[in-house]
Amino acid sequence: MPKTISEKILSNHCSKSVYAGDIAICNIDFAFAQDGTSPLAIRAFKKMGGKSVFDREKVAFVIDHSSPSPNEAISALHRLMRKFADLHEIKVYDIGSGVCHQVIPEGGHVFPGSLVIGADSHTCTYGAINAFSTGVGSTDLAAAFVSGKLWFKVPETIKIEIVGRLPYGVYAKDLILHIIGDLGANGANYKAVEFTGSVVEDLSVDARFTIANMVTEAGAKVGIFTVDDKTREWLRKYYRKPINPVLPDPDANYVDIKRYDVSSLQPQIASPHAVDNVCRVSDLSSVKINQAFLGTCTNGRLEDLRIGASILKGRRVHPQVRLIIAPASRLIYLEAIKEGILQVLVEAGGVVVTPGCGCCVGTHNGIPSDFERVISTSNRNFQGRMGNRRAFIYLASPATVAASSITGKITDPREFL
Amino acid sequence: MRLTGRVHKFGDNINTDYIISGKYKFKTLDMDELAKHLFEDLEPGFYNRIDPGDFIVAGSNFGCGSSREQAPLVIKHAGISSVIACSFSRIFYRNSINVGLPLIEYDTSRISQGDELIVDLENGTISNKTKGEMIEARTLPRIMREILKEGGLVPYFKKYKGFRF
Repeated sequence: MPKTISEKILSNHCSKSVYAGDIAICNIDFAFAQDGTSPLAIRAFKKMGGKSVFDREKVAFVIDHSSPSPNEAISALHRLMRKFADLHEIKVYDIGSGVCHQVIPEGGHVFPGSLVIGADSHTCTYGAINAFSTGVGSTDLAAAFVSGKLWFKVPETIKIEIVGRLPYGVYAKDLILHIIGDLGANGANYKAVEFTGSVVEDLSVDARFTIANMVTEAGAKVGIFTVDDKTREWLRKYYRKPINPVLPDPDANYVDIKRYDVSSLQPQIASPHAVDNVCRVSDLSSVKINQAFLGTCTNGRLEDLRIGASILKGRRVHPQVRLIIAPASRLIYLEAIKEGILQVLVEAGGVVVTPGCGCCVGTHNGIPSDFERVISTSNRNFQGRMGNRRAFIYLASPATVAASSITGKITDPREFL
Repeated sequence: MRLTGRVHKFGDNINTDYIISGKYKFKTLDMDELAKHLFEDLEPGFYNRIDPGDFIVAGSNFGCGSSREQAPLVIKHAGISSVIACSFSRIFYRNSINVGLPLIEYDTSRISQGDELIVDLENGTISNKTKGEMIEARTLPRIMREILKEGGLVPYFKKYKGFRF
């Protein structure tokens, strides 16, 4: 029987043929947790009677959610992680390494056809390089640390075909916001998404990461792409081993096939307090903002910082706006220094913070005040997300965020391109 | 197992940031302490209105958002016996089974705030005493029932030293 990419990858990891709806106990290629989820995972690991991790090359911790620690309570949790890692001789990507969803693929832990779990909901990001990767909780992670295995319900797959040509000034972020607005927050719940079509082929790997990253906002388990020359080039830099890409069978069984022609798509924005509350940027052009954030596992990659810098070059951040920039990883930080991107952003009035999640997830590094509006390149705008329930968060592309930081109000970036 | 309690009703797309705000969850592992902040951003003072055994009843996509396992844990520690919703977000669903919080997926449109329910988990039935109605919901796949039977994945792993299948 023909299979989707997800059915193939999960079958390959449980040594039998499984299809949508089946329960499979699969071998895990890589498992990790971040500092928000590791402490509970460590506790579960100990309570399960875990003596050692199943393979110390296949597990890691990333300290990114509160990095560096903003208070002593979090310092104690970080110490717990470091002690566990020391005892079991596993890798810790410590403060400054970056956001897990950039650090884990950059670290060479993900490859086409691999099965990766992370105790973080945006682990779906690595579908961009043809992995089945998905977010789990701390106890799931502990079970995988102990046994190297985890149970999965094989998901049904929605095929999304993106055709046409993205207009100038419209990016992968606009595309995925548009799709989430259409599917709804629940539209792909429990399901996998396979992305295909001419637009996908034109996108860089960075842009594919942006798209895969956000599928969980429609409830999806993973958003998978096939491998092409761009993926191979990316993998040559970070993975450096032979690969076996996984293709769907031509007559695989899809629960739904959706087609989007994006030739006339305009810059998109998600308004408070839901990611699927999407409209055109131009519909909100009079809304004033207080803070702009460029970074995160969605849009903190080199290409994103480059777009921000191209708009802010020779311009100034609005005097009543704080522009915060968090490169997604140390490697990106260094590249951005070398290219002069950070010079441009800082000269424009931007503030660069440690690579990490803090600003997006509300632990530190830019918590908005009551009734303030923030425009962010992140993936969630839930009430309280950035640490203040009385603040309002808008989600948009790096270009829209950069343009808005200049004018002090929500701005279509094409005015500056 | 039979559960009895009153309904606290919520809408669609209740996310884990609403269940327990990120600003607390990164700070401590003390779930009894965290439980006091349950739904604080959405309904301040909610924790004080819970009687042990009460149910949370919601619309679709309950528990969407982050993978924080603190979400089902604080619900359990606040004294809630089960969550009944039209659908759950997938990570929340896994986490609840793993920490031993029973979930029931069923159309909840006819259940109202304050209704008194009797839930039978083995048979998958919900009896609404207030409305005099009986609902038969779906039972869970075998592996999930077995994990729940042991009280969660930790006691399950302790007993079987791994997955049984």
